[in-house]
Amino acid sequence: MKSLFEKVWQKHIVQQIPDGPSVLYIDRHFIHEVTSPQAFAGLEKRGLKVFRPKQIVATADHNVPTLDQHLPIKEELSRLQVEALTKNCANHGVELYGLGHPYQGIVHVIGPELGVTQPGMTIVCGDSHTSTHGAFGAIAFGIGTSEVEMVMATQCLLQSKPKLMRINIEGELNKGVVSKDIILYIISKISASGATGYFVEYAGSTIRGLSMEARMTICNMSIEMGARGGMIAPDETTYAYLKGKAMAPKGEEWDKALVEWKKLYSDTDAKFDREINIDAATIEPMITYGTNPGMGVGVTGHLPETNEIIESERPSYLKSIQYMNLGAGTKIKGRKVDYVFIGSCTNSRMEDLRMVASFVKGKQKAKDVEVWIVPGSRQVELQAREEGLDKIFEAAGFQLRQPGCSACLGMNEDKIPAGKYCISTSNRNFEGRQGPNARTFLASPLTAAVAAITGEVSDVRDWL
Amino acid sequence: MSKAINIIKNTCVPLRNENVDTDQIIPARFLKGTSRDGFGKNLFRDWRYENNDEAQPKKDFILNNPSFHGKILVAGKNFGCGSSREHAAWALKDAGFDVVVSSFFADIFKSNALNNFLLPVQVSDTFLQKIFAAVEADPTSLLEINLADQYIRIMATGEHESFEINHYKKTCLLNGYDDIDFLLSIKPDIEKFETQER
Repeated sequence: MKSLFEKVWQKHIVQQIPDGPSVLYIDRHFIHEVTSPQAFAGLEKRGLKVFRPKQIVATADHNVPTLDQHLPIKEELSRLQVEALTKNCANHGVELYGLGHPYQGIVHVIGPELGVTQPGMTIVCGDSHTSTHGAFGAIAFGIGTSEVEMVMATQCLLQSKPKLMRINIEGELNKGVVSKDIILYIISKISASGATGYFVEYAGSTIRGLSMEARMTICNMSIEMGARGGMIAPDETTYAYLKGKAMAPKGEEWDKALVEWKKLYSDTDAKFDREINIDAATIEPMITYGTNPGMGVGVTGHLPETNEIIESERPSYLKSIQYMNLGAGTKIKGRKVDYVFIGSCTNSRMEDLRMVASFVKGKQKAKDVEVWIVPGSRQVELQAREEGLDKIFEAAGFQLRQPGCSACLGMNEDKIPAGKYCISTSNRNFEGRQGPNARTFLASPLTAAVAAITGEVSDVRDWL
Repeated sequence: MSKAINIIKNTCVPLRNENVDTDQIIPARFLKGTSRDGFGKNLFRDWRYENNDEAQPKKDFILNNPSFHGKILVAGKNFGCGSSREHAAWALKDAGFDVVVSSFFADIFKSNALNNFLLPVQVSDTFLQKIFAAVEADPTSLLEINLADQYIRIMATGEHESFEINHYKKTCLLNGYDDIDFLLSIKPDIEKFETQER
């Protein structure tokens, strides 16, 4: 009578502090250039070395340019952070997939792609979208830099057991609706804080029918409703994805692992603190109109009228739509778009790029729109070129760039100018997220691709 | 200097905004430091200044209003959502805050705050509105936070409410202990755990 979460959690408890948190053992730790330097410095101040360097994988992603990656990084502070990561990894014997390495890429894209991420593991990273790895039936969550230091020093964290929520999604998805729409729909229903304090398990026939990459998109955005993480029980789809990956178990090890992985599911009588049921048929292609990911509607919908918002929340609502320069009660379809960003740890994998390419093949981008396609990893970039997707993008007037976090958070040069609208496949539409005063519409790769062609927020179903 | 905290009696800054995300607390472009210091000057950067220009403070932003200052930030619900960047807690601490009061906190922010001896105090929506009313009526109003006894009091009216904190964390804060010290102290147990069949 245990849930998937409890099965994994209990196997990782080193000890339980009476009336306090558990000491949780961490199997895999991903690090990147932005949230690790202070942790290495803290460790060195204590005269410590990394305790288990072989359980850490490092990459450079947040700060890196997406053009001319073979040249030194122009922006000085970004360059210094990437250099600090290189130096720290060398000093502590941590494997680094830095710029130019064939395995480099966004940390949450490369982990699964290399088979580092596996079912039943505990996985952390100084990045809130670590929830992505939960798609494999791992307990994966984002941590702060002090916690990065703790894991470097002891391979453990002090954690209180979260409450558990299960979201069941049943039935067939409508035409034009993809996994990004599922998660944007869920967040719009339960709000940007609706799952705070919970770990979420996604279940049901709709989830079972999704590919691993589509499942990753869903788990990735668990944090956008406040959940520490999201997870999905592993199944044949999971095993087929992992088989043959660079760091996945091989031979006898694989057979042994598989026996363990097959035990990872919620028992029929497992208890959840909250359970939500969703009919897949009610989900439309989604778009956000505000400044948190909970502010989303079906693409043919309207912004709420002010009087539909509860009174205490009206000032925040009005501030948000003022930032977006959109009116209460207005339609979102038809709003002009200036930029299209297809990328980020949410939607920058092969299937995302293929989905965009198959839609835009033979079409041309709208005149005034700039379109950036930023693959999630070097492997994705090379595969896209091998499949000829680069030619399709080029013919459509899109730019295929090099891997990194890019315009999801605008730490590098890829910023959306003030006042401009960007339809983005990333995960956050916060004020200034994509650049000071930039305005973000979050959507699926398909909905973003249509907007690239029409130059405005459009309904993909009109094209299918 | 001991990091320990217990009783804080001070004025506060009322920030009514809800869903204050860590990108607002400190925008990503200011995360490029490699030390923990100096993030305070970019706290709420894009809410504080027009066109990213320190010579153009936004007059209607509460941190630019000289009437309001203090060691306590009082904010709308779901404070600290979004990115896991601990820089948000560092920026608040560096700008002189020791306590954040809200009716709801995002999980990762709460852990980060506690690891930096920045005390997150969660109160009811009703009590939060009472604090806003008191401090907006009189910016010199004092709030008292007592960690040992787990209550927060509006000094002017005497109204108070208790708040929750886990016993282990409370002990750490009262004594200035870090989680890492504890984890290092049990390293032999961790090594033993690693060799066990799981």
